Amino acid sequence: MSSSMGKLGTLDTRRMALHRRRKAVNAVALTLALAAMAFGVFWLVWILVETVRLGLGGLAWSVFTESTPPPQAEVGGLANAIVGSLVMVSLATLLGTPIGVLAGIYLAEYGKRSWLGAVTGFINDILLSAPSIVIGLFVYAVVVARVKSFSGFAGVLALALIVIPVVVRTTENMLSLIPNALREAAYALGTPKWKVILSVTLKAARAGVTTGVLLALARVAGETAPLLFTSLSNQFFSWNLGAPMASLPVTIFKFAMSPYENWQKLAWAGVFLITIGVLALNILARVLFRNKS
Amino acid sequence: MAATLPLSPQKEYPENSPMERVTPRGEPASRRRVLPWADVVFSLLVHAAAWLTLLLLLGILGSLLVGAMPAIREFGLGFLVTTEWDPVQLKFGGLVMIYGTLMTSFIALLIAVPVSFGIALFLTELSPQWLKRPLGVAVELLAAVPSIVYGMWGLMVFGPLLATYVQQPLQAVFGKVPVLGALLSGPPVGIGILSAGIILAIMIIPFIAAVMRDVFETTPPMLKESAYGLGSTTWEVVSRVVLPFTKTGVVGAVMLGLGRALGETMAVTFVIGNFNQLDSLSLFQAANSITSALANEFAEAGEGLHQAALMYLALILFFITFTVLAASRLLLSRLRRGEGGRT
Repeated sequence: MSSSMGKLGTLDTRRMALHRRRKAVNAVALTLALAAMAFGVFWLVWILVETVRLGLGGLAWSVFTESTPPPQAEVGGLANAIVGSLVMVSLATLLGTPIGVLAGIYLAEYGKRSWLGAVTGFINDILLSAPSIVIGLFVYAVVVARVKSFSGFAGVLALALIVIPVVVRTTENMLSLIPNALREAAYALGTPKWKVILSVTLKAARAGVTTGVLLALARVAGETAPLLFTSLSNQFFSWNLGAPMASLPVTIFKFAMSPYENWQKLAWAGVFLITIGVLALNILARVLFRNKS
Repeated sequence: MAATLPLSPQKEYPENSPMERVTPRGEPASRRRVLPWADVVFSLLVHAAAWLTLLLLLGILGSLLVGAMPAIREFGLGFLVTTEWDPVQLKFGGLVMIYGTLMTSFIALLIAVPVSFGIALFLTELSPQWLKRPLGVAVELLAAVPSIVYGMWGLMVFGPLLATYVQQPLQAVFGKVPVLGALLSGPPVGIGILSAGIILAIMIIPFIAAVMRDVFETTPPMLKESAYGLGSTTWEVVSRVVLPFTKTGVVGAVMLGLGRALGETMAVTFVIGNFNQLDSLSLFQAANSITSALANEFAEAGEGLHQAALMYLALILFFITFTVLAASRLLLSRLRRGEGGRT
């Protein structure tokens, strides 16, 4: 009797030990997960705080009114870079959006079961994360090397090639969310396919597609690598797309790597402007999508 | 049989003339429906856009191949294992850059994978409901910050701190240890392979974490609830139910992050030091990567072998990232298809 009691006792303690160990492992794992989350948020906060602190320090009215200065000059701003970026980014979006939306329509409405649809979707996903510097090299080889001059147009083209995959992906996803009953109802009324797509499905997915365009805009606004060998940079204010054109990211790159204090200060101001712009676009896209869907 | 059921269509028409079954006899042949011209035009447009996406990839591949051809002819595959990079004597080898790209990405994954896993775990299993959305958005916003911001921050803010508070103490403590000492040698200035790896890690954590979270959420709640019902702890549910169910997707998420890290230009160029050497394998030593070599040298490289060698490097980079990203997409799409189909 006493021996069996003893056995039960050791079994119980063993069970309790196992239970305690499982709980301990669980506690450790969950604490580590919490730590990982804190780690991630920590970098976000740190980067944003430094960007705002150093960026506001370099910000002045002259940043928007003056062009990029020579090294160690007293005055100077980023006006040419800001204008160059605005021009190239908006033209790239205007050029890339229709192509992206059309390809997205193909994937969602035409190519669901065809090999072309499957392959295009796959390739598009790869282009979405392909190294952007390679896109720059492609445009260099196709345009700049032929024309023998760097130009704003080449920059626009390179950025447009980055806009396309982003817009394709979101357009396809958003169109796929539209219920088939909507399409069938329109077809039953005798509507031709192009009209069903343009005035029923695409219209229903409008908010989502706009979100995609905004995200693409945010993505290319911060792109530096594809502009390095296409639009190059320009010290002077210029609207001429046929000539090298300054852009905010390339100017930041050039100024940050320089030893001159006034250039570094302007680089921080530029980083601040880009970060604010990109984050604002992202938040706008989210708010828009949330309200409409 | 055929005699008893003469009207059965299966028996009436032999298999080799199936058309007879579909078209009623005696009727006029049905006219082909003519598509309205707008439909034809629109269909052509969307097809053209889809083809354009395909051609874009082929165009990139083709242009890199053509551009790299002189270097490929001159150096062949030996390019991959030679370290010499001498634009004056036109002798080029890509090993330094290839090593830099692979090593920085490896360090980045080493840091980013466990952290992203923790973040995904926190977001799916631990976080209170009201925190889920803001934290998820924060992670996604971190993914949207342009890489040049990370680079600038790494060079100006993080590098000096890393040098003072991490590299110098590490050297003081481990500097004399044989292997470790060699890894930690070199000037502790906060520039080099290690800083580039860390900055890359910070950059790809949000990418991997966001995809991993989405992947974890594909686990059917029923499976998780059964495990909880049997008395499993949260960690046991994640490690024995969620992870086995989503393992292909998790690997896909990691590969996606790796693809990003390999192809990242700006964040690396700022902090890697752009120094063509492989004499010291130290993590603190300035080095070079494929992308930063391209960013720094391509615009100045004259036409000829120098440019071709850089194109060759870009081709190698494109090949590596293409393979990694393709593998990632295949794994992720397999998970999507198998969703709920397995137990």
